[in-house]
Amino acid sequence: MKETFTKGMARNIYYGGSVFFFLLFIGLTVDTVQKLPKTDNREAITDVVAFGKKIWEDNDCVGCHTLLGEGAYFAPELGNVYERYGKSTEAIKAFIKSRPVEGIKGRRSMPQFNLTEEELEGLAQFLKYANGIKANDWPPNIQG
Amino acid sequence: MNLKYESQSVAKLYFMAAIGLFVGQILFGVILGLQYVWGDFLFPAIPFNVARMVHTNLLIVWLLFGFMGASYYLVPEESQRELYSVKLAKILFWIFLVAGAVIVASYLLVPYAKLAEITGNDILPTMGREFLEQPTIGKIGIVIVVLGFLLNVGMTILSGRKTVINMILLTGLVGLAVFFLFAFYVPDNLVLDKYFWWFVVHLWVEGVWELILASLLAFVLIKVTGVDRELIEKWLYIIVAMALISGLLGTGHHFFYIGTPSYWLWIGSVFSALEPIPFFMLTLFAFNVVNKRRRDHPNKAATLWALGTAVMSFLGAGVWGFLHTLAPVNYYTHGTQITAAHGHMAFYGAYVMVVLTIISYAMPIMRGRKANPMRAQVVEMWSFWLMTVGMVFITLFLTGAGILQVYLQRLTDTPLPFMAVQEKLAVFYWMREVAGLVFLIGLIIYIISFFVNGKEGDEVAVTD
Ligand code: HEC
Ligand code: HEM
Ligand code: HEM
Ligand SMILES: [Fe+2]
Repeated sequence: MKETFTKGMARNIYYGGSVFFFLLFIGLTVDTVQKLPKTDNREAITDVVAFGKKIWEDNDCVGCHTLLGEGAYFAPELGNVYERYGKSTEAIKAFIKSRPVEGIKGRRSMPQFNLTEEELEGLAQFLKYANGIKANDWPPNIQG
Repeated sequence: MNLKYESQSVAKLYFMAAIGLFVGQILFGVILGLQYVWGDFLFPAIPFNVARMVHTNLLIVWLLFGFMGASYYLVPEESQRELYSVKLAKILFWIFLVAGAVIVASYLLVPYAKLAEITGNDILPTMGREFLEQPTIGKIGIVIVVLGFLLNVGMTILSGRKTVINMILLTGLVGLAVFFLFAFYVPDNLVLDKYFWWFVVHLWVEGVWELILASLLAFVLIKVTGVDRELIEKWLYIIVAMALISGLLGTGHHFFYIGTPSYWLWIGSVFSALEPIPFFMLTLFAFNVVNKRRRDHPNKAATLWALGTAVMSFLGAGVWGFLHTLAPVNYYTHGTQITAAHGHMAFYGAYVMVVLTIISYAMPIMRGRKANPMRAQVVEMWSFWLMTVGMVFITLFLTGAGILQVYLQRLTDTPLPFMAVQEKLAVFYWMREVAGLVFLIGLIIYIISFFVNGKEGDEVAVTD
């Protein structure tokens, strides 16, 4: 680098630039949090949904699946599984409930979690709520 | 050659633990790769999600061991004083190692939901999110270890010489600790949850960790090239400036399709498109400095690792990151094998390689010589190429799989279901597995390189 560009100038860009963009990022975060009610489907967050989210986490479903495109890439996207399953929470529950304990020979297998009816209902309602989040028209189609 | 400061040698413990855990990480990577094509391999004993959390958590933990070891080595030398407390560094080492081992073992021994129950996840739920699977008590342990570590290096720096490298490293480490605190925020609202989850993940790898990366690399480059500190510091400032200027708002590339306002489509695309710049500058910097070198350091392997870091981080983070960072592209690639391809090469190219760089430079010195005998270095350089080429092919095969996945599942007029698409991609996954085995062989050879002795009279000159 040329001598006309001194270390002092580089340092000022570092301090000035990072402080400026850090503050801007905080500002945008505040704005985002305020605007979220328009898209985040929060009116659907009931106690059952919150309970379902906890079951989702306690069983690490995100370690195989994506949810709104984030997670693992081993098993189907679940952000829109409610729609894929014909808007039927019963169908979702039936799928989870019917996983064979020993897996399916040669096929990627989902564990049998032995969940209670209440836990299954929570999970299904949670996935229904996630389906209602407005995510800029993602995913591109029903296959997720 | 002796160490400038005796307390630097505590780094050796950290480096050895890092390498040990690295082996575990890769073994589980190979298991995961096999489960991709042999769906019920080890099922139900080790389901995919469990193997995955072992793989990714071992990665994070060993990189943290690497960063800590690197800091314990670097900070005394830069500060020109002994470490504040060697005893603290040793105590924290054992706490961290035992805690890390217990966490990983518990993933394998207890069903995850049971682990959540035993560790009281109901009291302060933080489990079950990607990379942050550790039981809450484990997370608290991590915070305590990191705070103790920060106290140790902070006290050393504040009462010693404050160099640019020192200060930028410390800023990066403090940032690492601060952003980890978002791991404790798990709201019921999924969108908020996801938004702040990225404060840990993105603001780590594309924010504060870049400060750590750049300062470690700058340190090794000063040592192996003898180039003037003024020049190095100028580069360092401008690289980390660009990293934060692009990377903070660049977080927006994760806010496209998770229920956040649509203005992020623009902000995220524009600023993350600038993120390759600091990685490109890092490459220019490394080659520039090596070309201007004032001495020929006998540790050729360390120089190779340093240049490798610069190139591979640019490829993995810069090029493969840019590939899917514009919102219209990400619409199709979001959460596919393209993401996995990028994640692998970026993590390897930037953070794995920088830790291996500083180990390569510092380990011989801690073992009482300026550089390893040439025979050992040749073996180490073989391992460099095997691991790096292995990773390049892992990335290429996953990219191939990703392109097809995007096409078959999202782009065609007759999209196929996820599972049907995955079956069609099997051949790519098999090839990825082979590349993974090459990587594993490279890693084994890497470890062997520590035990290779020189022939009589082959010792590298021990003068400084
Ligand atoms: C070990 C990996 C794994 C874990 C953990 C896992 N799943 Fe699955 N899941 C799968 C696989 C694989 C499939 C596809 C099964 C098939 O098609 O045969 C699947 C399919 C599904 C489906 C049907 C999707 C579709 O489009 O057909 C639902 C719903 C589901 N899982 C919900 C869950 C929930 C809820 C959890 C957490 C309680 C969970 N899964 C945990 C692997 C997993
Ligand atoms: C140093 C080398 C490696 C690094 C840094 C690394 C890093 C990672 C990271 C960060 C993730 C999770 C993030 C993601 O991709 O979304 C991951 C997942 C994974 N890794 Fe690795 N890995 C390495 C080696 C390997 C090897 C050698 C294999 C296999 C042969 C492997 C197979 C996998 C698989 C299958 C997943 C899960 C992907 C999914 O979610 O479907 N990894 N790895
Ligand atoms: C060393 C630096 C980097 C590392 C270690 C890294 C690692 C990762 C990982 C592991 C993921 C997957 C996260 C998940 O599991 O959901 C990811 C996602 C992503 N990265 Fe990076 N990254 C780096 C730099 C970059 C850069 C510089 C860019 C852009 C130019 C970028 C663009 C992206 C994008 C767009 C995604 C989201 C992919 C998706 O939608 O699925 N990354 N990165
Ligand atoms: Fe990112």
